[in-house]
Amino acid sequence: MRVALFVTCLADQFLAEAGVAAVKLLRHLGVEVEFPPAQTCCGQPAYNAGYWNEARQMAAHTLGVFEDAEYVVLPSGSCTAMVRSFYPELYRDMPRKFSKAEALSRKTYELAEFIVKVLGVSTLGLGLEGQRIAYHHGCHALRELGIKDEPLTLLANAGASLVPWEAAIECCGFGGLFSVKLPEVSLSMADRKLSTLPEVDVLTSADGGCLLHLSGRIAHRRLNVAVKPLASVLWEAAQKTPEVDAHAG
Amino acid sequence: MQVKANDYPKESARLLREEPQVRESVTGATLNFDRNRRAAYAEVGAEAWRDWAERVKNHVLTHLDSYLEQAERALIANGVQVHWAEDAEQAQRIVAEVARAAGVKKVVKAKSMLSEELGINPMLSSMGIETLETDLGEYIIQLLDQPPSHIVGPAIHLGLEQIRALFHQRFGTPPDATPDALAGVARKLLREGFLQADMGISGGNFLVAETGTLALIENEGNIRLSTSVPRIHLALVGIEKLLPRFSDLAVFLSLTARAATGQRLGTFVSLLHGPRQASEPDGPEAVHVVFVDNGRSAVLADPEAWETLRCVRCGACLNACPVYRQTGGHAYGYVYSGPIGAVLAPGLVGLEETQPLPYASSLCGACYEVCPVKIPIPKLLLAWRQRAVEENLTPRLEKAAIQGYAWAMTQPWAYRLAAKALRLLPEKALDNTVVPVLKAWVEGRAGLKPSPKSFRELWEEGL
Ligand code: SF4
Repeated sequence: MRVALFVTCLADQFLAEAGVAAVKLLRHLGVEVEFPPAQTCCGQPAYNAGYWNEARQMAAHTLGVFEDAEYVVLPSGSCTAMVRSFYPELYRDMPRKFSKAEALSRKTYELAEFIVKVLGVSTLGLGLEGQRIAYHHGCHALRELGIKDEPLTLLANAGASLVPWEAAIECCGFGGLFSVKLPEVSLSMADRKLSTLPEVDVLTSADGGCLLHLSGRIAHRRLNVAVKPLASVLWEAAQKTPEVDAHAG
Repeated sequence: MQVKANDYPKESARLLREEPQVRESVTGATLNFDRNRRAAYAEVGAEAWRDWAERVKNHVLTHLDSYLEQAERALIANGVQVHWAEDAEQAQRIVAEVARAAGVKKVVKAKSMLSEELGINPMLSSMGIETLETDLGEYIIQLLDQPPSHIVGPAIHLGLEQIRALFHQRFGTPPDATPDALAGVARKLLREGFLQADMGISGGNFLVAETGTLALIENEGNIRLSTSVPRIHLALVGIEKLLPRFSDLAVFLSLTARAATGQRLGTFVSLLHGPRQASEPDGPEAVHVVFVDNGRSAVLADPEAWETLRCVRCGACLNACPVYRQTGGHAYGYVYSGPIGAVLAPGLVGLEETQPLPYASSLCGACYEVCPVKIPIPKLLLAWRQRAVEENLTPRLEKAAIQGYAWAMTQPWAYRLAAKALRLLPEKALDNTVVPVLKAWVEGRAGLKPSPKSFRELWEEGL
């Protein structure tokens, strides 16, 4: 099986480790990984801010880049939502582009979702034994794509104890340009979310933007929580796995 | 009413800085409302109810002209006097004429967001008519001369301490009076108001076209008194509030109460059918219904915005909204705040005066998830944003930045160059506002640093 990795701009620049972990993890699971070099940004910032012409330019570029891929996997929930839900939306009045967007939509997955739904793997290993983990559900992954159990299953099966978090499904306040346009409101939302964070070893999420926003706030307030991208945590999960070889190939 | 929605960015920041107790009160109350809603939804097949309610509302909205005619006929047959107001000015004139013709001196008001939208109170006071708000929350903010902060809980932004201080100052209650004692004082004052008033003004949660039934939901009993004690009752009803059949009411009443407060039904539900009949011991001598448009038919005609009109004003989207929770409603500068306000305001008063509101959302989607009539608020927010871009209402710098970004992102070489440049910035550059728009962003979030090597570089070096 071949997967084209779409690392997306934010992860490429600021969370390169998430991309690296995704590659290692997918290979570990017997998947051939490629990285189409012309890829850039999915266009979500422009789309969300109302600049649909600009978003269409970026979408058209991305459609070209991934046209021949068997599967497209992203270590980012909201960029997955952009490709899967909003690309077809962008082209709803343009039948030819729309059917291309739909074709891409059908083969695009968020990383944890891909592992569970397409590869049929729900246990990566036992590398998270004893770790207390809080999971932040990015809004688009959760509400737009309905990805909720997949990451949790992978974490729990790797031995992590998922600590209940009152605000686990509340928006962290990132929202792309929202956090630039309304910085005070955005920070206040992060504070509300963090004020309910239970004591954990690691805070993780499939969404890089949310993590940059939250970890920045955590650093600013000098809170003591490690923040790691889901891909990295899942790769860690796979580190202690006598039986995982059975899934490979 | 005065619209100050363009101040949203400034006003929201000011509230967070200067009145942090607002955030505390609003967050506590909305989380509570939302928990109750979830429990009340879980008791019924909420999904099926929502689908059904959406369909009924869509049906009414797509046949609105004939249902309005039917409603008018039914109301007249019930002895109600029907008026039509195209805008706020006409609505004010109608209310003023009814009041003048009947020699009204005092008015009691049942809580009505529409009357806030239309500016009825200031108009009445300019006529020398005294108006008393009878909903407890509404009464409190009337004392403070503030607009409502929430569709259902107008005084949601106030803490008990502030209300204690207000009552202590106005009515001499002890500084540590219990909530019950405070309510008792208000109740006495309001009772006198009911007995003295010549006219009661209400809104309308629903109006049944088939029977001309006006339905009102509440918890305090004040609406019932406002609409039945004074000799005249006038109801302001938005044209979108119609339901086709009497039998539709049952689910809508329950769905609305469940969404709003988590109750199965409001403590009081009034179904009104016109003035007192000869055989009846009480009730008003005359009942007036004013159907109000005030921008609604323009929204209805807008293929991208019309779904907004399904709204039953339950406030569930405000309760679920993490953005609303930070500031409460006053920051929005318009009578309807929160997610529904952000999509209704541009429709009713125009995008130019309300441009920041569609951006007052992180697009998290919680509002859509809870809405009892499934209004796709995130989609509507995006549609208004698109229109803001089309009409050149967004900042010039932003537009240029996004255009430049889109261009760079479709030229892989430019993307690479930008990534290189990002890494060549001096250590503290991102902290020091090389990019002005990022200033506030970086100020509140420490340590935004690019990875030492981008993923692409690592990949090319061989993974
Ligand atoms: S938009 Fe929906 S949730 Fe919000 S007030 Fe209206 S009916 Fe209630």
